[in-house]
Formats: sequence, C-alpha cells, structure tokens
Amino acid sequence: MVAFLIIIGIFWELVSNSWLSIKEFGFTYLYNRNWNPVTEDYGALSSIYGTLMSTVIALVIAIPMSLLVALFLVELAPPYISKPVGYAIELLAAIPSIIFGMWGLFVFAPFMADKIQVFLGNYLGFLPLFQGPPMGIGMLTAGIILALMILPFISSVMRDVFQMVPAVVKEAGSGMGATTWEVTSQIIVPFGVRGLVGATFLGLGRALGETMAVTFVIGNDHTISSSLFAPANSIASTLANEFAEAAEPLYMHALVELGLILFIITLLIQIAAQIWLKRISRHLEGI
Amino acid sequence: MELKPVRIRIARDLAMKVLATISSLIGIFFLGWILLEVAARGLSALSLSFFTHLPAPPGMEGGGLANAIIGTLLMTVLATVAGVPVGIMGGVYLAEYGQTTLLGKSVRFTLNVIMGVPSIIIGLFVYTLIVLPVGHFTGYAGAFSLAVIMIPIIARVTEDMLNMVPSSLRESALAVGAPHWKMIVQIVFRAAKSGLMTGILLAVARVSGETAPLLFTALNSPYWPTSIGQPTANLTVTIYNYAMSPYQDWQSIAWGASLLIMTSVLVMTVIARFVSRERVQ
Repeated sequence: MVAFLIIIGIFWELVSNSWLSIKEFGFTYLYNRNWNPVTEDYGALSSIYGTLMSTVIALVIAIPMSLLVALFLVELAPPYISKPVGYAIELLAAIPSIIFGMWGLFVFAPFMADKIQVFLGNYLGFLPLFQGPPMGIGMLTAGIILALMILPFISSVMRDVFQMVPAVVKEAGSGMGATTWEVTSQIIVPFGVRGLVGATFLGLGRALGETMAVTFVIGNDHTISSSLFAPANSIASTLANEFAEAAEPLYMHALVELGLILFIITLLIQIAAQIWLKRISRHLEGI
Repeated sequence: MELKPVRIRIARDLAMKVLATISSLIGIFFLGWILLEVAARGLSALSLSFFTHLPAPPGMEGGGLANAIIGTLLMTVLATVAGVPVGIMGGVYLAEYGQTTLLGKSVRFTLNVIMGVPSIIIGLFVYTLIVLPVGHFTGYAGAFSLAVIMIPIIARVTEDMLNMVPSSLRESALAVGAPHWKMIVQIVFRAAKSGLMTGILLAVARVSGETAPLLFTALNSPYWPTSIGQPTANLTVTIYNYAMSPYQDWQSIAWGASLLIMTSVLVMTVIARFVSRERVQ
C-alpha cells in the first residue's frame, strides 16, 4: 500500500506539473533565449544552458579529483590516515547546500574575484572563457562549488569500486614490476570502469538539481555569455529566485515548465544510472 | 607492450601519488575552511536574544530568530512523525515481503529514482499539490515536502538494515510458532534497532538543512508560528532572505542561523555514524 502511494505520488507529481505547463509556448520554449516577464516572452534556453554548463564545469573538476582521492584512500594511505580522511570527505557531503551558498557568496566569491579570476584573466585572458570583469559570482564560481559538493558522492562510490577489485589482480600487476600508478591506470580503472561511470552519473544527477548553493553564487542573469566569469542562471536558481515574484499565471506556468524540464532530465539520468548500476552488480556477481 | 624508461615511470608514479595526496588535502582544506568560516562569523551573531526574540527590522538592535527556530523544529518534527512510520513500513515491505517480487523490485527502483530527484522539484510538486488548492503557503505543506524527501531515504536504509539481520534469527522465530508480523516486530526490529536509528537520524539531518522545498511551501514569516496552517518561519529560508538582503546586521544573523543549522546537521550525522559503528562491532 505504502509503496503504491509513493509510486502514485511520482506520477501525480509529473501530471500536476505538466498540467500547469500545457498552456505554454510549445517547443519554441526550449530554444527561445529570451526571458522577459514584462513582455511575457519566456524561453528556457539560458536556464538550460546554465544548468548544463555549471554541471560540466563541476564534473570536469570533480571527476579527476574524486579519482585521485579514491586512489589515495584505497591504495596509498595507511588505514589510520585513510579512515579519518575518508570520514572528513564524507562530512563534506553532510553540509547543507545553503551553507555552501553562504560560504560561497560571502567568502569564496570575493576570494575568486581578488585572486583566482585575476590570475586566470592575466594568464589565460586570451581565451573567451576567461574574459570579463572579475566579479566573483558567476558561472565558474558556481561550477567550482558544485564540484566540491559532488566530490564526496563520486569519490565514495569510486572508493567502493576500487575496493571491489580483487587483491590478486592488483598483486599480479605489482608482481610484474608495475608501479602503483600503472596498476591503477591499467588494471584497476579498466576493471572498475563501469562503476566509475555509475559514480559519475550519480554526481551528474546531484549537480543538475542543486539549488541553493548555485542560486547564491551564479549571479542570476538570463544571458548566455561565452565568459565563465559572467553571471548566468540555472533552472533551479531561476525557480528559487523568481518564484515569489511570479504573480501572472503565464509567468508562473513558465517557471513550472522549467521545473518540469529539470524533472524530466534528472528522471532520465536517474533511471539510466539505476539500470547501469544494476547491470554492474549483476556483472560482478557473475565473476 | 612498450615501456618507458624506469626513471620516467617512477617519476610519473611519484607525481600521481603527490597529486592524489594533494587532492585529498584540498577536500579537507575546503571542509575546514567552510567549518571555520561559518563558526567564526556565526558565533559573533549568536546571543541570548537570537534565541528568544522575533526578527527586528534592519538597523535595530536585538532581533532574534526565535520564531524561525520554533518553525523549523515544528516542521521537522511533523515531517519526522509522518515520514518515519511510512518509510519504515516501506522498508519492511521491501526486505520481508517484496524481496524478489516484481512489485518489490519496481518499488525499490522507484525509491532510488525519487532519492535522486532534486529537492526543489519536490517543493514544486507540493506547491502544485497543496499550496495552489489551499491558496496560501502553509507550514503543513513544508512539513509534507520534507516528509516526501525523508520517506525514500528511511525506506532504503531500513531495507538494508533488515537485510543484515541473519535469516537464522527469523527462521527460529517462525519455528517456535510466531506469526510473521510478530517475528518482524519482536525479533527483526530489535536486532536492527540501531540501524533503524541511523536511517532516521540521517534522514532528519538531511531535511533540516533543506531550503529549496520550503521556499515553495512554508515560505517564511516574521511572526510567531501561531498556527502551522499559515506561512511558517524557518531557519533556512530566513538565511536565504537575510543573506540576499543588503543589510549588514541581517547578514550577520544569517551567519548565526547557518552556524546553528550546520552544527545540528553535523552532530546528527556524526551520531548516526557512531550508532552504526557500534552495530558493526
């Protein structure tokens, strides 16, 4: 019974969300880059772009870092170090996203503006990615904070994957004279590559829907800029930011449709991740 | 396979080891940075009036967040009261009855998927479900959205914990003639007690830091939560509103509230960790 209620809840969620957005702009909504409550012209492109871009930045930073952290925890550190370190990394996951937002806005963004962005602008300023005034808030800051937030999730799955690799296989590699890094890159990673992909999926799903931390630091501007320093927005930040202002029904429905898009994206990713992880466990059982 | 000279291989190995260590240090560094910064800025904002007074307008001395503290507690308790039984029963179903049935499998799958749905979407869902028909923001909707977030977490943890109870225990209970439900309540629950506590604590910790769903459901209020049917003050949305305001003293109060939330969430997480470790031993 309980279980049924939950399933019905999801369907209800889908239906009630889409019910509100039926009166919308049709497909043009998806590729219209305008968002103007005054003229009531709404398009989701800038929000979708911001969501995807900040997620890509987060993944580009978080995936290699998680891999290295997992490597450190499993292969390098002795238990008396890897235990507390692993624990500290997991604590990072327990910090609520609004705390990341506070810290991001008042502590990290000024630091970005004074140090990191000035540095990047000076040395990599010839790239359009790193042009523009160093304001601190914007796409890059949001991406970095997202990376920090998903790092513990990805690295803990990767750690589990690393631990599942049979010791015999690793020892065989070491016995042939391979260095730790060679064992990792040529034996452990290929062995656990499916698990690593699954870990990435999980991080991806987290990053896409992250709301508060992103809302604090992304700058909330409906423009698509080539510079990562420029303020932008994401689906979740637009929702959090403008929901209270949406008095006209059309404005409200446009926002709910944004939510629907985000829901569909995360739903598809979750389903893919679940099926993928299930296939892995079956694969491992077969060994 | 062609190998590079040993010197290069060793150098590369060393470089990766150093990088791996640095990555872990970076993670710890950021954790420390966030904790210290919130503690430093939050402590200076905490005072007696922070816990006992209503919010003051910007520029006035002595405002507090007593209403938001009470509101957050109320909604979290309400969500826990609603979410825990449902979650545990769901977990019991999955572990004891629906282990291999098609229904059980699809429920497990669905729960995993719901856990990955962003909380802001849950908030939006509850908004369309409750707030729109009622016509105004209410604390009940806030509590409900928190409960929706809690249920899948508790159900999945419960299931995992029940699965760890050895089946010989179950079989001996059934063998002495106990009915199935009695076996679950008196044997399995007792064996998995600390595990269930862990699940509940983790779920409560998770929702007490939630902001996005409350933004759409309970909203916020500068008054005492006289009735939970009205918009209800809560700490997280207050942090959001105050942090975005241009007033220095409001921002400082937001830091105080952040410290309060962060401390309680971390304490609950650590306790949950501690309880589950005891079980393993």
